[in-house]
Amino acid sequence: MTTIREQETRAETPAPIAAPASEESAWRRRHLLDLDDFSIDELDLVMRTTDAMKEVLSREVPRVPALRGTTIVTLFYENSTRTRASFELAGKVLGADVINVSASGSSVTKGESLIDTVKTLQAIGADVLVMRHNRSGAPYLAARHAEASVVNAGDGLHAHPTQALLDLYTIRGSLGDVRGRKIVIVGDVLHSRVARSNMWSLTALGAEVVLCAPPTLVPPGMRDAPEGGLPAVRVETDLDRAIEGADVVMALRMQLERMHGGFVPGMREYSRLYQVNAKRLAYAKPGALVLHPGPMNEGVEISHEVAHGLQSHVEEQVANGVAVRMAVLWLITRNTPRGGRMASARGSL
Amino acid sequence: MSERIIIRGGRVIDPASGYDAVADLVIEDGRIAAVGAALDGAGAREIDARGLVVAPGFVDLHAHLRDPGLEYKEDIESGTRAAARGGFTTICAMPNTEPAMDTRSVIEYVLREAAARASVRVLPIGAVSKGRAGKELAELGDLAAAGCVAFSDDGAPVYDATLMRRALEYAGAFDLPIIDHCEEKSLAQDAVMHEGWVAARLGLRGAPAAAEESPVARDIALAETTGAHVHIAHVSTRGAVEAVRRAKARGLRVTAEVTPHHLTLTDETVAFGAGGGSELQYDTNAKVNPPLRAQDDVDACAAALADGTIDCVATDHAPHAATEKLCEFDDAAFGISGLETAFGLCMRLVHEKKISLETLVERMTIGPVRALGLDRHVHGIGTLAVGAPADVVVLDPGAEWTVEPERFASKGKNTPLGGVTLRGAVVATVACGRVVHHAEVPVG
Repeated sequence: MTTIREQETRAETPAPIAAPASEESAWRRRHLLDLDDFSIDELDLVMRTTDAMKEVLSREVPRVPALRGTTIVTLFYENSTRTRASFELAGKVLGADVINVSASGSSVTKGESLIDTVKTLQAIGADVLVMRHNRSGAPYLAARHAEASVVNAGDGLHAHPTQALLDLYTIRGSLGDVRGRKIVIVGDVLHSRVARSNMWSLTALGAEVVLCAPPTLVPPGMRDAPEGGLPAVRVETDLDRAIEGADVVMALRMQLERMHGGFVPGMREYSRLYQVNAKRLAYAKPGALVLHPGPMNEGVEISHEVAHGLQSHVEEQVANGVAVRMAVLWLITRNTPRGGRMASARGSL
Repeated sequence: MSERIIIRGGRVIDPASGYDAVADLVIEDGRIAAVGAALDGAGAREIDARGLVVAPGFVDLHAHLRDPGLEYKEDIESGTRAAARGGFTTICAMPNTEPAMDTRSVIEYVLREAAARASVRVLPIGAVSKGRAGKELAELGDLAAAGCVAFSDDGAPVYDATLMRRALEYAGAFDLPIIDHCEEKSLAQDAVMHEGWVAARLGLRGAPAAAEESPVARDIALAETTGAHVHIAHVSTRGAVEAVRRAKARGLRVTAEVTPHHLTLTDETVAFGAGGGSELQYDTNAKVNPPLRAQDDVDACAAALADGTIDCVATDHAPHAATEKLCEFDDAAFGISGLETAFGLCMRLVHEKKISLETLVERMTIGPVRALGLDRHVHGIGTLAVGAPADVVVLDPGAEWTVEPERFASKGKNTPLGGVTLRGAVVATVACGRVVHHAEVPVG
């Protein structure tokens, strides 16, 4: 039984993070924009660092001063609840100062350009910009003009690398290695940055990735890429066939606007053909994992019983999200200008 | 004011007459005075063209000079200086200005400005519809009388098929063509690049080839219905090329142009930049409409230029201010500042043996003149015939140079070619008897 006094002492001098030491790895990235150029070693490093962050989160007082003195700005041009909260908490657990900037509540609405906004936030003292933007590629523009680190928290239809990392962490938590595993990503692939990022990391690690969507929601040209242009994935339009023998079934959010956009005839037909429900899940491997990046439209892309069933790992995904984002912030700040200056402080952890 | 000029010892290529020999060329009173061996150059300004190519000045059917109204992007002075640097001695000004070039008074403004400030000849293209709104015909007769050489709503298609039909019929009275920017907007909703694997990777919305090909097919059908002349602007897909080829085989009055960028660059330029590499660029300077297409389309366009299916090269010079490109890809303006890189970029086809130098010169001189019948407006244009206007370019087909957009004469620095080395340079340009460009340091 620990006394209150002992707890306080622990909080004042927290245990070091058991993260892989910086010298151990060849982590050179200053930005996290996508996973399209990640090596297996880099993915491994993020996973091992996430293990260490999970340990921190499991402590009685989940706080470490690892990023004390570091300023993280979350710059969100799009609404988000979980991703933003997840990043904010990740930063705070590591002792960073976290400032939240929303496009609607800032000079962005006055017509300030993205580059000016980035430079302004940098001048204020931002070391890391966690950026969500409704335009594909926007974080690349920011990164080209920023001295701060840019972490992509979702850009348009393009990429959502931390989501893909937490998906990977969740899958590995249950299955171990993903090599040779069949992973089915089903739903609105065309508009999904989650699917795009997941394709890269999962295929890099040797998983068999099957995309399943109505033909109107498969990105045109998916099959025409030269080698290396796009990840090697299979496209399947029949969910019953796609799901057969799957180790993981990842359902994507189907946005209502797409129905009006004429991509599919309507909710009723879509859910009949593409909903992940108990009957379909029975075709997958016994105990196959069910994932969803959230927020879920229960009754559309996923049935209520599956969403909350034994095979669902949706809540675990959310929980893992904090640890993964801690790992990303920890790794990325090794290479920010201030991270370099603070190297000695970090080393003392 | 017009001085006597002798261009010495170059290989003179005049595709209109088939002349191709090493010769001197003398200019007097703004006209070609003589072409031949060992001409007398007494008292003349001499341009040494030994080892170089001498050709008629290039003619561009498709340039956006942004004047009046959008002078922050370009004006007639800067745009024509860019043309001179690129070897162009005649450029056709597209009417998507503010106000649009849809009335005689705006055309007169353009011609007055050009007379006062232009380095090269400017031929105006009038709008098809009032305000380029695609609703009512502009006063095409008045525009023709003011000096327009064609009509176009370029930047936008003539969307309404009946309006297009009426325009073709009505313009026929003045024997002037309609130039159509072929784009089916409903197939290219929110599109910012070519639809294909690159767009799939980048998460950008793509325009399928069919968005260009279906209005091309419509326009060809209307050319047949009306017997009028339709000119297809900036062809960029294999299907559009095939449609034009079939139309020509059937004897319809259909002509077409292709841009230097659609002849040489693919949609991968958007992702990785013109210099190649593996890091994603989202290069807004490669955002253009029609978009850079797939390799198969590029190959089809080059082959069609070589075999004459496509009549000519046209730049679609589309200058923009820096801020209009220094932004998110979706929000960036469409267009490439193309006058100053056109020859060097097209020379890639020559170096890759996809087209001969003589044919390329044809497609940049008499080719465009014949496509729109410009010699009806300016006699002898596009040739080096004695008595023709003294529009001459001196070229070094082998000279290497690196594109430095910040040194462009154009206000538009928007090119994906910054830092790229091109082989083929314009050494000197003589327009209407005046030396309007002469590389200070002879290249090559």
